Amino acid sequence: MFTSALLRRVETSLSPKFRKSFSLQERPVAACMPSGVQQVEFPRGTLAEIYGPASSGKTGLVYAALARATRVADYCALVDAGDSFDPVSGRDAGIDLNQLLWVRCANNAEHALKAADLVLQAGGFAMVVLDLAGVPASEARRISLTSWFRLRHAAEKCNAAFVVVEEERNAGSCSTLQVETKQAERCFEGALLHGLRADAVQGPRIRSATPYSALQRFGI
Amino acid sequence: MYACLYAEGNLALLVECARYFSPRYEEYSADAVLVDLRGAGLLFGSWAEIADAMQRRIGVAANIALAGDPDSAFFLARSRKGITLIHPGEEAEALASVPLRLLPCSSETAAVLHAWGFSTFGELAALPAAGIAARLGAEGTALLRLVRGENNRQLRTVETPRSFRDDIELESPVALLEPLLFLLGRLLNELCAALMRSALSTDEVRLALTLENAPTHSCVLRLPIPLCDPMVLLKLLQLELGERPPAAAILKISLELEPAPPRKTQHNLFVAAGPEPQVLEVTLAKLRHLLGADCVGAPHLLNTHRPDAFSMQHFPGNAAAPQNPFPAQPALALRRYRPPKLAQVTKHQERPAQVRSGALRAKVIAAAGPWRTSGDWWNTLAWNRDEWDVALANGVLYRLYEEVGSQRWFVEGVYD
Repeated sequence: MFTSALLRRVETSLSPKFRKSFSLQERPVAACMPSGVQQVEFPRGTLAEIYGPASSGKTGLVYAALARATRVADYCALVDAGDSFDPVSGRDAGIDLNQLLWVRCANNAEHALKAADLVLQAGGFAMVVLDLAGVPASEARRISLTSWFRLRHAAEKCNAAFVVVEEERNAGSCSTLQVETKQAERCFEGALLHGLRADAVQGPRIRSATPYSALQRFGI
Repeated sequence: MYACLYAEGNLALLVECARYFSPRYEEYSADAVLVDLRGAGLLFGSWAEIADAMQRRIGVAANIALAGDPDSAFFLARSRKGITLIHPGEEAEALASVPLRLLPCSSETAAVLHAWGFSTFGELAALPAAGIAARLGAEGTALLRLVRGENNRQLRTVETPRSFRDDIELESPVALLEPLLFLLGRLLNELCAALMRSALSTDEVRLALTLENAPTHSCVLRLPIPLCDPMVLLKLLQLELGERPPAAAILKISLELEPAPPRKTQHNLFVAAGPEPQVLEVTLAKLRHLLGADCVGAPHLLNTHRPDAFSMQHFPGNAAAPQNPFPAQPALALRRYRPPKLAQVTKHQERPAQVRSGALRAKVIAAAGPWRTSGDWWNTLAWNRDEWDVALANGVLYRLYEEVGSQRWFVEGVYD
């Protein structure tokens, strides 16, 4: 009782001078970049991972998000570690290629990290995609947690949606959002490949007010 | 006070003389130059002394006339030989005897004046202004001002191109980048300050380094937008010199900035602001230094059906890109292999049955194709191939193609 009275006395005397320390700080809800698939959105100022094996639809999903961003005149950057971006696929996905900075890293994950850091430090990009799916998984695993933290901090500072595309999760606790894609069905009709259906499983968002959802099936 | 220098066929001499006395001059015709002498009296003495000095400087026989307005000076120089000096306010009296044939007017007006029997400026100047305006209109009013010496106009001056250039001769050769950057920073600070005083920026930086026992090392930086920040320009020069260093020690540095109007931007409430131009330029230069000039930029699709045909343009791009209709859902994307991977494909009933390429070995469980594509047969970029979209037993979708001529198979990429 004496302790609680003392605590109340301390709060009463100090709270007028140090309001912030005695009030609850609410983190504002981050704006999100839509991807074209319902409930799969990439929050700005955070690091998000989208991962899955080859032909699971992760690249189509990211290109759709880039398309929506560039169509509203936002600048976006694609740091292509494996030099695998196809401009025709990007155009067909709706990306405005004039608004896209394409950085080709010739299968060098270290250069890709440096390039991503430079682009995030420059600021002004609504979305920065680091595509590690083209490099061997062993190289991607060697990226240290310190590097991921540094990149996430840079994304927070410049309020960009930093999306990492890879075949398996590597950023650990540094990523705020994880989306796993899996191939559900291939669509062959006669002599034509129409596309494929994929599942996007969205992991829990850390420190976010919006609830997470489980399975989203989408077609590409 | 204005001067007219008149000498047939000697325009260059007249211009050189005019520049000596004043920065404001007008090349009135092929034989005459008008000079604004306001303020020249403080430097060169009285008007008579100035006229004498001009005559001596020209060197050839020329008519020189000084008057209170430029057109009066011209008419006097055309009609009188030698030096003519008219004080301001006395132009009308001096112009009275100038022949009317020197008056610049339309042929109709000249015919009217001839019909009236006029032959000198003074005869026309004596007429009332209202009557001239009623009979000859606006042209008549303008002519009346000319013949009365009342046409006070500004000269159409020739802008001397300004040069923003500085040189440093070194007492001892410099072989390291750091001291060179220190000197370049000093030069850039001074030149950028000079640009800012003239309300200008620069869009081209030219650096020439005189080397010891080696040819001069030159580099030119062309900027996509005009800049005037010495730190940004120094950083760009540093990256350029780091990539292409001079071959020997440096004896002399010459730096020139090409002046350009500064960039004006109108921000828009409804358009997202992009990266700061200066910061973006330095970032792009750093990326090019790290990865190579062809690896950074905005992709631009070439106007051809040739596979993987694109060029890298400066970011942000400005190519006219047709806006395709927005797809309703994410589109199937191809992740390319650059270069395409050589493969061995076993066929069954003319369709791919098994694929081997590097570590990949799998059966084909579904295949779509073949799709024949060819082109550019008239040059070295010719292609002729059959494309297949295949699903392998490992679940991955690939695009394969077979070169029709050589029958070699390649894996072009994976669908994702």
